[in-house]
Amino acid sequence: MRVLAAMSGGVDSAVAAALAVEAGHDVVGVHMALSRNRDQFRTGSRGCCSIEDAGDARRAADVLGIPYYVWDLSERFEDTVVADFLSEYEAGRTPNPCVRCNEHIKFEALLDKATALGFDAVATGHYARVVTREAPDGTVTRELHRSPNDEKDQSYVLAVMGPDRLARAMFPLGGFASKAQVRAEAERRGLSVSAKPDSYDICFVADGDTRGFLRDRLGSRPGEVVDTAGNVVGEHDGAYAFTVGQRKGLGLGRPAADGRARYVVDVQTSTNTVVVGPAELLSVDRIEAGKAVWLAAPQEHGDGAWLDDVEVQVRAHGAPVPARVRATTADGAPAMDVELTGRPLRGVAAGQSLVVYRGPRVLGQGTVARAWRG
Amino acid sequence: MTTPEAPAGAYLDHAATTPMSRAALEAYVAEAGRTGNASSLHSAGRAARRAVEESRESVAASLGARPSEVIFTAGGTESDNLAIKGIFWGRRRTDPRRTRVLVSAVEHHAVLDPAFWLAGHAGAEIVLLPVDGDGRLDLAALRAELTEHGDEVALVSVMWANNEVGTLQPVRDVVRLAHQHGVPVHTDAVQAVGQVEVDFAASGVDAMTVTAHKLGGPIGVGALLARRDLPLEAVLHGGGQERGVRSGTLDVPAIRSFAVALAETVAARPERAAALAALRDRLVAGVRGADPEAVLRGPDPTPRPTSDDGVQARLPGNAHFTFPGAEGDSLLYLLDSAGVQASTGSACQAGVPQPSHVLLAMGVPELEARGALRFSLGATSTADDVDRLVAALPQVVERARAAGLVSAPARAGGAA
Repeated sequence: MRVLAAMSGGVDSAVAAALAVEAGHDVVGVHMALSRNRDQFRTGSRGCCSIEDAGDARRAADVLGIPYYVWDLSERFEDTVVADFLSEYEAGRTPNPCVRCNEHIKFEALLDKATALGFDAVATGHYARVVTREAPDGTVTRELHRSPNDEKDQSYVLAVMGPDRLARAMFPLGGFASKAQVRAEAERRGLSVSAKPDSYDICFVADGDTRGFLRDRLGSRPGEVVDTAGNVVGEHDGAYAFTVGQRKGLGLGRPAADGRARYVVDVQTSTNTVVVGPAELLSVDRIEAGKAVWLAAPQEHGDGAWLDDVEVQVRAHGAPVPARVRATTADGAPAMDVELTGRPLRGVAAGQSLVVYRGPRVLGQGTVARAWRG
Repeated sequence: MTTPEAPAGAYLDHAATTPMSRAALEAYVAEAGRTGNASSLHSAGRAARRAVEESRESVAASLGARPSEVIFTAGGTESDNLAIKGIFWGRRRTDPRRTRVLVSAVEHHAVLDPAFWLAGHAGAEIVLLPVDGDGRLDLAALRAELTEHGDEVALVSVMWANNEVGTLQPVRDVVRLAHQHGVPVHTDAVQAVGQVEVDFAASGVDAMTVTAHKLGGPIGVGALLARRDLPLEAVLHGGGQERGVRSGTLDVPAIRSFAVALAETVAARPERAAALAALRDRLVAGVRGADPEAVLRGPDPTPRPTSDDGVQARLPGNAHFTFPGAEGDSLLYLLDSAGVQASTGSACQAGVPQPSHVLLAMGVPELEARGALRFSLGATSTADDVDRLVAALPQVVERARAAGLVSAPARAGGAA
């Protein structure tokens, strides 16, 4: 197959490209430039966006003996991922930009361009498995599964891509049980990125300072912090910078009357008000999710019946919890109803991605619209 | 001895760099096998000095200059920096009012960036002189600028031929206008030498940049030709070589090889230019046949006897097109995988292709400028190279157009 290997400059994508080459594919490396004004050197724990990272990707491609190109997807990135990040926070929701990047950039802009140019698949360094099943009638279906590496599993941020795109995606690191194993593979092949540190931060937010980034882009909008009775207990610089469930950084001058910790329980952007309250107000067991994308075949979820033996996960590194889920529609678009059947979840914010699993397998994904105690 | 070779496949990027000629490579290797610092006074040093001075005489003879006007450098970028900064500082020393630097809007970054550096660090004011739709300098704008601010101008820099679209500039007219106001002229002639006749003295320019690797010589050596009365401050300070304006141990093998390649290419020029023009015409016709939507950028290659340069408006080895609806990087990748090596022609900053400042200055809209490809022919080019491009092009353009649509900006109405 003709495979486009997305190469960030990190060790994972370099080894993924190497494995695609060794599997006999005709591989071309592509580094996505997601910003037009890039720093010369890598700083902090961002791992993909400096010129140094582009150079690391180029060097890895040299070692693998594959062609290498830089594609400028910066406008598309700004118009989708960054714009969504800003408008979601502005609307009082909590977005996951890595999910949107997979949705709009890696598995849309990049994948569509690759397909148009004659590539059969895009390979990335994500930790997730694609399991292929062949039915007795010969039809082949692909399932997205968790990586055996629990710590690194990225199925959560990939679930958004849907079946058509999954069919053109390749995750060569899917079977790796540890990052150390990937580093060893890099070292064995003489890839100089083998010891490069992992990246954690949002790539377009310098120093991990999300609040500072939002203030720069959205401006300062001072407002009040109130308790659930409506008493003003503090001030803020912009309600958009707060997220439901947040405890740190509230800057409240005096403690609550009962002396208990206070959390953000609501962000009301219409009045620019942040509401704080006790932890128990954060517990939810009912969730409505919009923009549903199903990887499972329609016969598995299509009749609107409850899927009983599933789990849902609402954070990239959160634990899955038992639930039942059914497909619905909201405003004519696919949506999901979720009832948690085990323990409730705390601090589920609108905008978060919700992924439905059965065991290791991803069934579908939606975006939290609202969550409450049923 | 290794025989120099053109890259495999159809190499249509001679404006980026050229294969070394056999004679240039042999001269390089022979000289590299000898020991001697041209500044040393003993016999080894004298031998090296002799090789440098013979080369200097040869370079001067090839370009219509005097040997004392040849300053060897490490190539085009260094020569341009020396000219822009060195003349600016030299002129300001004698007349502090002269702070304006006039450059055409289509100069190479090796001219534009030192000029803007002077604006940021040395109080220079940069005037970007406009060009017409073919990339040719607007002489009326130059005249107006000189009339209004003539006694504040430190220098004018206008390239001999544009590296992207191959437009030949009216250098003699620039010289005539500038000298009326006592303003020196620098020209970057790296693309012109070997393709059109370049005579330093006859052109009247005060300084001229040339480089070896665009004409069959090695990468990393070039020269600034500078009249002896031109005020020129050093950029590199040290041992005082090259009239004290370019210190550094002379690179004897590179200089020798440069002189050999230059003499060879200048001698071959009349015949080669005609052959290149014929190949270029074949390429232009072939591209137009393969994609009727392709737009030739830069001047009509048909000779214009009325132009200031006498015969033509464009480098014989240059063809440049935009392909509407396609992106340059897609075209480049697809051609590369079909064994055809071309260039998007624009500066690649931080590895990200930027829309060409040359095309934008010519009035090409940004979206169209993104679909640019430059094809540049040289001594080793053949009809087979051109035919290989023309054969690959229909499918390449079709695919790039399909990809161009999906990777266009998502915002409504396209790019602003």
